[in-house]
Amino acid sequence: MKFDIGVILASGHEILSGLALTVLIWIAGSALGLGLGFIVATLRRYGGPLVNLGLAIPVEILRGTPFLVQIFLLYFGGPFIGLSLDPIPAGLLGLTVYGAAYYSEIFRAGYQSVPEGHVEAADCLGFGRIQTIRHVLLPEMALIVLPPAVNMTVILLKETALLSLITVPELTLTVQAIGSQKYAFLESLFVLALVYWALVEIAGQLGRLAEGYFSRYRTART
Amino acid sequence: MTTDDIPAIACNKVCKSFGSTEVLKDITLDIPAGQVSCLIGPSGSGKSTLLRCMAFLEEATSGTILIKGQPLGFSEQDSGFRARQPASQIRAVRANIGMVFQQFNLWPHMTALGNVSAALRVVRGLPKREAEARAMAQLEKVGLADRADHYPSQLSGGQQQRVAIARALAQEPRIMLFDEPTSALDPELTGEVLNVMRQLAAEGMTMVVVTHEIGFAGSVANRINFLDHGRLLFSGSPEEVFRKPRHPRLEQFLDTYLDRGASMLV
Ligand SMILES: Nc1ncnc2c1ncn2[C@@H]1O[C@H](COP(=O)(O)OP(=O)(O)OP(=O)(O)O)[C@@H](O)[C@H]1O
Ligand SMILES: [Mg+2]
Repeated sequence: MKFDIGVILASGHEILSGLALTVLIWIAGSALGLGLGFIVATLRRYGGPLVNLGLAIPVEILRGTPFLVQIFLLYFGGPFIGLSLDPIPAGLLGLTVYGAAYYSEIFRAGYQSVPEGHVEAADCLGFGRIQTIRHVLLPEMALIVLPPAVNMTVILLKETALLSLITVPELTLTVQAIGSQKYAFLESLFVLALVYWALVEIAGQLGRLAEGYFSRYRTART
Repeated sequence: MTTDDIPAIACNKVCKSFGSTEVLKDITLDIPAGQVSCLIGPSGSGKSTLLRCMAFLEEATSGTILIKGQPLGFSEQDSGFRARQPASQIRAVRANIGMVFQQFNLWPHMTALGNVSAALRVVRGLPKREAEARAMAQLEKVGLADRADHYPSQLSGGQQQRVAIARALAQEPRIMLFDEPTSALDPELTGEVLNVMRQLAAEGMTMVVVTHEIGFAGSVANRINFLDHGRLLFSGSPEEVFRKPRHPRLEQFLDTYLDRGASMLV
């Protein structure tokens, strides 16, 4: 038996369709998770102690349990509470909620990084709450939030591989299927590692570009 | 009664507690329009808290504050119940007030021009060009037109504080509140900020200034209010305060400044 990646790459068409689904779920799940996480962090900041507690509990549960367990519960347990989802929507929902829990903590730290006086200055000038968030808090916290958010987004990409276990036909499931059809199990793992790594590098570069953009005003920071 | 007769700010029996600590005790104080009122007193006496109550950054535990005769933050109902005003009403009353902080509180992601024009665009909805033209006029007034495109991190403390003053002035407030505007600055930078404030006073702006600059208080203030342990112990003209200090606490407080070059005032 010899190691021959060509066996796997011969099925390029299928790999591309798996890759497309991975990228799609990843980008949609990250974007939705980012949005939901921001909303959760904002509600926790402004919603009073009860709302804060009511949201802290699910966030802690989601952060304290494995993603694999969460998607199994959602996919196999969901039907028992009337939530029967196909694999792809179940995977997307799972990734979104899981990501949102982490993103919300990132935004919470971001909110806390902005000095209270900067918000008071906006209050005194007549800014409403949403205007303060939009024009003061978000841009000010961008630099603080960006590195951990990029990091989390990369982690989410890698977590999408677990969606193969609830039969989402994404990259991992596709390539492994090809591998077992053609008795090229190691080769399939090798190809998977290469493709995920390439995606992670691209995401990291985009993140660094964004950081460069937001750090332009920090040039002479003392 | 003309509007000039109404005090710019009228505090009536204002009390403020943080938890079980009483920080302000029954403060009744009028800030006359068109004049400079200073708040002086030892550290922890409640000067900042009182000023912040006037800007509704702190909510008084009891008592009322009227801005140009309009209640700030709370409306007293006929039944005597004290109801919090809706946010829009609070904003409307607050629009009379500009606030300058010890720590400047400029937004670091905006240039000087951005800081000064932001509220004009966001709050007033002015088009960018007009907002920036007005902001530029304010920066000129504080002598910083040539620094308009600098970020706060590229400005000295004195320049940052002047930008912060310009930012507050751009909203055309009728009353300006200053909380120790020069105490975060190196001594050689305080002059440029005090000069801007003198100019503002000369234009007839109503100003309330919390300060440790007894020299500034003595030469610019129309009224000096002395706070000690949350109580207003003395209120009078600079002459009354410096020439014949009566209250022993005030005398003791001023004594600490004799060594600091303010002796010529006393
Ligand atoms: N947010 C707060 N929570 C609890 N206590 C507070 C708070 N803000 C102020 N205090 C307390 O209230 C008292 C008055 O504080 P304040 O800042 O008004 O004093 P100050 O006269 O401005 O003093 P300084 O000259 O040092 O600025 C202090 O004892 C302070 O510890
Ligand atoms: Mg103070």
